[in-house]
Amino acid sequence: MSNAPVDHGRRRFLTIATSVVGGVGAIGAAVPFIASWNPSERAKQAGAAVSADISKLEDGQLIRVEWRGRPVWIVKRTEEMLAQLADTENRLRDPGSEEPQQPGYAQNRHRSIKPEIFVAVGICTHLGCSPTYLPSDFAAQVEGIRSGFFCPCHGSRFDMAGRVFQNVPAPSNLVIPPYMFIDDNTVLIGEDEGAV
Amino acid sequence: MMKKLLSAVALLASSLAMAAGPSIPLDKAPIDLHDKASLQNGAKLFQNYCLGCHQMQYQRYSRTFKDLGIPDDIGMENLMFTGEKVGDHITNSMPADYAANSFGVLPPDLTNVARVRGADWLYTYLRTFYVDDSRPFGVNNKVFPLVGMPHVLQELQGVPYQAYETRLVDGESKEVYVGIRTDGSGELSPEEYDRAVADLVNYMVYTGEPSKLESHSLGIKVLIFLLIFFVLAYLLKKEYWKDVH
Amino acid sequence: MFKNLMSWIEYRLPFTDKMNLHVMQYPAPKNFNFWYFFGSLAMLVLVNQIVTGIWLTMSYEPSAEGAFASIEYIMRDVEYGWLLRYMHSTGASAFFVVVYLHMLRGMMYGSYQKPRELLWIFGMLIFLVLMAEAFMGYMLPWGQMSFWGAQVIISIFGVIPFIGDDLTLWIRGDYVISGATLNRFFALHVIALPLVLVILVFLHIMALHEVGSNNPDGIDIKRDNDGSVELTEADKKFTFHQYFTRGGKKVIVDAIPFHPYYTVKDLVGVAGFLLVFAFVIFFVPEGGGFFLEPPNFEIANPMKTPDHIAPVWYFTPFYAILRAIPDPLLGAIAMFAAIIALALLPWIDRGKVRSVRYRCELHRWNLVMFCISFVVLGVLGVLPATPTYALLSQIFSFTYFAFFGLLWLYSKNEKTKPLPVRLT
Repeated sequence: MSNAPVDHGRRRFLTIATSVVGGVGAIGAAVPFIASWNPSERAKQAGAAVSADISKLEDGQLIRVEWRGRPVWIVKRTEEMLAQLADTENRLRDPGSEEPQQPGYAQNRHRSIKPEIFVAVGICTHLGCSPTYLPSDFAAQVEGIRSGFFCPCHGSRFDMAGRVFQNVPAPSNLVIPPYMFIDDNTVLIGEDEGAV
Repeated sequence: MMKKLLSAVALLASSLAMAAGPSIPLDKAPIDLHDKASLQNGAKLFQNYCLGCHQMQYQRYSRTFKDLGIPDDIGMENLMFTGEKVGDHITNSMPADYAANSFGVLPPDLTNVARVRGADWLYTYLRTFYVDDSRPFGVNNKVFPLVGMPHVLQELQGVPYQAYETRLVDGESKEVYVGIRTDGSGELSPEEYDRAVADLVNYMVYTGEPSKLESHSLGIKVLIFLLIFFVLAYLLKKEYWKDVH
Repeated sequence: MFKNLMSWIEYRLPFTDKMNLHVMQYPAPKNFNFWYFFGSLAMLVLVNQIVTGIWLTMSYEPSAEGAFASIEYIMRDVEYGWLLRYMHSTGASAFFVVVYLHMLRGMMYGSYQKPRELLWIFGMLIFLVLMAEAFMGYMLPWGQMSFWGAQVIISIFGVIPFIGDDLTLWIRGDYVISGATLNRFFALHVIALPLVLVILVFLHIMALHEVGSNNPDGIDIKRDNDGSVELTEADKKFTFHQYFTRGGKKVIVDAIPFHPYYTVKDLVGVAGFLLVFAFVIFFVPEGGGFFLEPPNFEIANPMKTPDHIAPVWYFTPFYAILRAIPDPLLGAIAMFAAIIALALLPWIDRGKVRSVRYRCELHRWNLVMFCISFVVLGVLGVLPATPTYALLSQIFSFTYFAFFGLLWLYSKNEKTKPLPVRLT
């Protein structure tokens, strides 16, 4: 046993240095465990953008595409439907789409890139039911409006741009996903120019 | 007693090395996972010559493209033939029972084949097919005798046959197998063919463990870090143990 | 405020006191050498296995249809999944490396002798459970070796007279090894056995702290306080928990508190171990085909046996003993006897001197021969059973058991060297 006095400074320095390096190591070791909870390659591929062929879409027709496990509607709106959008505005909760329920390029009256093609996530913003598309029988729900979307679960109503009417349970407009047109006949849902 | 023991152990060790080897020595495969051009060529060869029968059902196209530095659109145009999505696994559409009937066995999945067989085995195997009329596909193989696989690379290699030379063995002249020669009808010269097979094997080594390069580069950092930690821990221990010694 | 809270807790759960008892004021002999690293390293590997195991379970699919693909999913699709998997697979082998060295340490320094018999028995139980845990874990990837290795090992139970066939059927839950077998092994591997393992480790450490650590000299550090022991300056330097001095009835010599001296020393061992461990994980995770066997990268195929089946390396010494004896029943008995003999060491060894340092020359050579037998049997266990190897297996199985027989004989009236009074 040495009789030399303990060098407390050195001891404290080495203790702190080892603790700090050990702590960094512990944090580093935690990284793979934390990162492994990120969406895996399988989840990413399942959530990848899906393309839809709209060449055969007729006026007033709605088709559904699955994107990230949710139904996405693509509707080809008629001139009449588009004209109606102006008539509904005084009865809507958020006619100007101020709430961030859509990408910037869909913040307009028709809430879409091309006026006639409407793309939206077909999930009611109230509790997650999928509303019913009523192309010609919507007047029974909202007086004077011929077409729109009606949620059978709690009676929420949306116009042909997915904008929610006043005095219904749903708090906000339908969500518009990011999308882009690859060409005139193909829509890519889940990816837009901004993301590429 | 000790001497006998040691020689017994030495005997064991040497026989362990030879256990269950093939009939001919394996050639060393020139594997280089950093060689992107080689890997890309290997992927192309796999898609053109192997995928018809063999799948890589655990590897995604997107992973191959990403790791080999192939842009998605170029990869889809040149390496994907049947309209899959880029995130799909590398599979074919051959029905399993049809395959089993045609070849006697289901062609094995090749994602991990390099980890099962070893790169050298694959490299030698693909270069030692030879003409044998007694076999259903007209070819046999030196490292995998009676294999149920046709020589799919024949258009590249040409028609291969076993070459013999007369050599003096223990005072007698004998016909000795000296390797595989071809009739020269292949698209590639023997050297080019070896290179092509090396590329293909390189690619299969990659698909067996796509994380390998990442593992090596991360491993170096971890080891350097641990070395620093080791030195600090050692100094700390020495400091505290001054109380004891 | 904080102090009040602490004393409130302390009154109800004496945490500080227990920390002092087991860590800060636990008297550890001052002469531990590197052989004493392996206990703490086994703890480290256990934690590694539990944590990585929990994370692997998050992505693994325990079914005959999905198991193999889910391993490839972990290896390719899950972020850092390959690292978690290699940490777990390498950890399994590392566990046996450190446990075997830990056991050898106990044999060298007579740590199983009175009063540490129960401590040794708990250790042997840990070893047994660990083997079961490793065996079941090896089945989960559902590769060729998983399937055929399990086939061979489960068949061993078939040699038991009368009930053998029914027993193997019951273990498999099917006429062949199938998804049913996989599912029950999965449940045991991830829940039941780890739980048992953790409890046994706890008991092992409690039993250790009750009787105190042995040391390379094999002499006691706790002496009767009858005035015959002369305390040095160093002995008076440290305070130990009164539990160990039995309220002054005992004095403790040549000891140092576990913390900080052995915590910092074990830290060096941990860093050294991690260097090797990380090297294997990042650069040679297959361990030359011994940690991850090549045929196991191929999906299980009940129609096709791999050319050569051998259990994973840590089972091969016992597997070689099994094969050495032509009669299957006797072979299985011999294999279990090889483990039982180890567990009975405290009673087979009738000596009073613990450490190999002060025992007779014959004991030293007997121990060397035992190690050689164990290693050679391990090598033989991976080789195909040719006549030469079978003969060698028989010879080295004999020398393995001869260790215990000889020990029993010479330990009764052994000519030992004089023990030192103080630790060296």
